[in-house]
Amino acid sequence: MNTKRCIIIPAFNEEQQIASVIEGIRKYSDADIVVIDDGSADMTSEIAREAGVFVIRHPFNMGAGVAVQTGYKYAFEKHYDYLLQIDGDGQHHPGYIPNLFAIVENQTCDVVIGSRFLKNNEYKPGLLKSAGIKLFRQIIRIITGETITDPTSGYRCMNRNVFKYFTGDNYPSDYPDANIIIEMHRMGFKLAELPVTMVPNPEGRSMHRGIFKIIYYLFKVFLSILVILLRKKSNS
Amino acid sequence: MTLHQKIFAVFVSLAIFVIIISLVKNRKLKEEYSWLWLITGFVIFLLAVWYDLLIKLTVLIGAVTPTTTLFIFSIIFLVFIALHFAIKISQLSDQLKNLAQKVSLLEAQKVNSKS
Repeated sequence: MNTKRCIIIPAFNEEQQIASVIEGIRKYSDADIVVIDDGSADMTSEIAREAGVFVIRHPFNMGAGVAVQTGYKYAFEKHYDYLLQIDGDGQHHPGYIPNLFAIVENQTCDVVIGSRFLKNNEYKPGLLKSAGIKLFRQIIRIITGETITDPTSGYRCMNRNVFKYFTGDNYPSDYPDANIIIEMHRMGFKLAELPVTMVPNPEGRSMHRGIFKIIYYLFKVFLSILVILLRKKSNS
Repeated sequence: MTLHQKIFAVFVSLAIFVIIISLVKNRKLKEEYSWLWLITGFVIFLLAVWYDLLIKLTVLIGAVTPTTTLFIFSIIFLVFIALHFAIKISQLSDQLKNLAQKVSLLEAQKVNSKS
């Protein structure tokens, strides 16, 4: 039976990087590539189409979380068995793609997350970001008992059961991070991590900018976790 | 409550009624949003004409003057209206997101089948 693999690339204003990201992926995998353009103002969609990949374009910007969910919906509709997420800015080294797929495909887990922090200490995020990641790690450990070193990583691979579940209403599309890890655990999905190397953002941009945005974001994630816990109690 | 105040309160409640019903009739306001306003208009009217009820309510909530009671319930009403809107906005956001995703998927299939 033919295993259907799909690689989704959520992208927002990545015209500079998207062609090389696609090229990089093609070196390591012949899985179908889908770019989800989250309402970019630049030529991201056009460049991706020229590279010969399937492009889905949002009519307006809705956030990386929604873009990923669109990818899940597409993969579910098209009967893919396995899905891999990779960032559109070139930060994730595509060399780990075959391993990420292999780990999920040999049924040892449902989701494998590419972690920047497992093996090498080369990647050192800024002070605030580092504190945020440590905080989420603790919360996840307290609530689920699991140790996930890189809960915010967008480099992950999963089987059909997982992405099928997240096509529904229980997907926290507003900045899905630690809250989605907890939700995965709640649903009984097995999580694993694989050490990966990151390339620092070539353009120096970050998804989270400014102190107020960061505080607001943290507040939203905490609230989301609280809601998941409340639902967990009412369901059991 | 002076007659002056009573007249004003009755006028306001009747005005709310007339305006809301007119807006619903002209399809500028959906019925589902009108009922909270209509109930409130009715309550203001009731409290303004039935003075004893207003006094009992004032004592119940621990206010000093009956006009305070009217004000406080107006504020509570506004809180409920705002909550009603927040609930509706949450629902609309979800629907909009799902709709936008559906549109992007359909459009993508169309473009892909052309090329």
